[in-house]
Amino acid sequence: MSTTTAPITQAPPVWNLPYRGTVGMACLIIAESSIFTIFVVAYLFYVGKSLTGPTPREVLETPIFYTICLLSSSLTIHFAARFLERGKRGGFLGLWLLTIVLGGLFLFGTGMEWHRLIYEHGLTISTNLFGTTYYSLVGLHATHVTVGLLMLTAVLLFGLAGRVVPEQSKRVGVLAMYWHFVDAVWVVVFTVVYVVGR
Amino acid sequence: MSSDAMAIRTAEAAGRPWVEILHEWVTTVDHKRLGVLYIVYALVFLVIGGIEAVIIRIQLIRPLNDFVSPQVFNRMFTMHGTTMIFFVAMPVLFGFANYLVPLMVGARDMAFPRLNAFSFWLSAFGGFLLYFSFVGGSGLYGAGNAPDVGWWAYAPLTSRAFSPGHSTDYWTIALLVSGFGSIGTAINLITTILCMRCPGMTLGRMPLLAWLNLVMSGMVLIALTPLSAAQIMLLADRYLGSHFFDTQAGGSATLWMHFFWIFGHPEVYILILPCFAFMSEIIPVFSRKPIFGYPVMVGASVCIGFVSMSVWAHHMFSIGMTSYANAFFTITTLSVGVPTGIKIFNWLGTMWGGRIQFKTPMLFSIAFLFQFLIAGLTGIMLGSAAFNWQLTGSYFVVAHFHYVIVGGILFALFGAFYYWYPKITGKMLSETLGKIHFWLFFIGFHMTFDLMHIPGLLGMPRRIYTYEPGRGWDTWNLLVTIGALIQSIATLVFVANLIISYFKGRDAGNDPWDAWTLEWSVSSPPPEYNFATIPTVASRRPLWDIKHPEDPDSRYE
Repeated sequence: MSTTTAPITQAPPVWNLPYRGTVGMACLIIAESSIFTIFVVAYLFYVGKSLTGPTPREVLETPIFYTICLLSSSLTIHFAARFLERGKRGGFLGLWLLTIVLGGLFLFGTGMEWHRLIYEHGLTISTNLFGTTYYSLVGLHATHVTVGLLMLTAVLLFGLAGRVVPEQSKRVGVLAMYWHFVDAVWVVVFTVVYVVGR
Repeated sequence: MSSDAMAIRTAEAAGRPWVEILHEWVTTVDHKRLGVLYIVYALVFLVIGGIEAVIIRIQLIRPLNDFVSPQVFNRMFTMHGTTMIFFVAMPVLFGFANYLVPLMVGARDMAFPRLNAFSFWLSAFGGFLLYFSFVGGSGLYGAGNAPDVGWWAYAPLTSRAFSPGHSTDYWTIALLVSGFGSIGTAINLITTILCMRCPGMTLGRMPLLAWLNLVMSGMVLIALTPLSAAQIMLLADRYLGSHFFDTQAGGSATLWMHFFWIFGHPEVYILILPCFAFMSEIIPVFSRKPIFGYPVMVGASVCIGFVSMSVWAHHMFSIGMTSYANAFFTITTLSVGVPTGIKIFNWLGTMWGGRIQFKTPMLFSIAFLFQFLIAGLTGIMLGSAAFNWQLTGSYFVVAHFHYVIVGGILFALFGAFYYWYPKITGKMLSETLGKIHFWLFFIGFHMTFDLMHIPGLLGMPRRIYTYEPGRGWDTWNLLVTIGALIQSIATLVFVANLIISYFKGRDAGNDPWDAWTLEWSVSSPPPEYNFATIPTVASRRPLWDIKHPEDPDSRYE
């Protein structure tokens, strides 16, 4: 079997390529951004085009508290990953748990808002164009938060079992990237739904 | 030596129960096996989609024909389009990318082997779902069994009122599922190319095949996802009662068109870029010259990637956009011809002064060059709004995009098959059968698609299941159908060649074409681990450096 290699005419300088987890996650984020863009475009396209009520101005309340929860969870996960890198298990687990709690609070907030809209205002996905675009855009984001929480919980369980070690901080960092993305998308969704769309 | 390895492998295979072999193929995460699975899967669908095309053509062979009913005709052109794009072209190109990219960048596998297998099985499941609609599509309504809404499924045709039953849902979910598979593969390809290159393989030394697949994968990430998003919306419309594309509730049918074509037009480039990649590998080898203008080729590819994202609404000139939009999309459409033209000139520049060997892969490549040029020229014609208004929805358009897809993509693919089949199987494809295949297909192709422009110019609309005699379309349609039958025969020759050569073909050896990229440095078929030691490269043509140590490329780079 002639598995040959090319002659080394000059030894390559240090051969460092990017970490594949980071690149893979970056690609996923690009793809997801594209999906969200389409839903955002649909939302903006249909602002004010509903034939019947209720309208966003009548029923939406700005979820300031829950937004603060979600955005601050980006900070906690960042520092959790830093703690893991430096091998401080307690700090890592504590902040990781806090991240999950903050994300869970956000999801709870979305759930409460939907409950209020459905039972108090009778707004469902089939009521009008506002309902259609609102539930699909916010729902798509909430789905991503849910998936993120499931993965964060898995890491927490592994961490409690003592299976998450500093050598894996790169992998944990990849998950943190996803979580930052979910938060960044919320900034866009928040702006579109609660600021521009009203 | 490689033939010994083959013999041992065959003997081993013969001695083992078939369940074990099947299990190995189903559970494999090896990029080469997955590549072969993709390719075989696509070839099966190529035959199915081809049969659908022949049914369409037989129905149109003479006026007032009643070979199939109008309903079946609608299903046939819907299934033909959907199958050929999503379950032939995409998987076969991904199959080649899967097989070749790790070998060409000197890696032992893709970056995420299990994601790779998952993506393949998602795509395979998508194809299965689409065809299951023939059985399960009519639902409780008795509403017809396969999707019949056209491959673009314009709203409001897809709404519950006009598409009862489940056929449209099968179409939607099949595309959604296989779309996720494609996104997974694209992520995998980009990561492999960026993170798995062997030492010395800088971005500037990467084979153009890797570069073009990098651009293609980037486009998949950005352009395929809008389709997935639109499919989610369509599913919500059909099952949750939302109103995205429901004009009765203020929704917009035009929005679906935009979302579909934001995907639909870049998709053409997603398909053609890997074919450019094949050309950029095959033409230099059979011209015995390095590729002309490597950096410009890379630049032009990236440029095509960007520009082709902003041309989609040229599919929609006739819906009544503003004149600004018409002007914008005309200009972008015409300007995408510039980087494409650069590429054609570079391939010609590669051939210029070379010692051209007219082997089968090169024949297909040369035919590709000229046919793709003509396809591009009719594209320029259709890309200008004023001309488009005259001919949109006519057979001229059908002729144009088949010229791209058959004359461009399929010819390039055939070239790739003849070029890399020896690497994949260890056997050469028969040159005699190859030449017969080429000339038959070439004649059939031109008979069908050159002539198809004319009934289009004479006003024959597309998607009609029959037509009245005496409009001047009769003879043209007869000839077009005969051409389609010649192409079918040629395809059978090709399939026969694939099968016969697998058992009776000449042994290929490692490097039958005296080529220069890394995949030819390992045995044919390559061992599971690809490279016993990870190679180190110092130029764009590492095998040239080995074969000509007195005059290596690396001296000039």
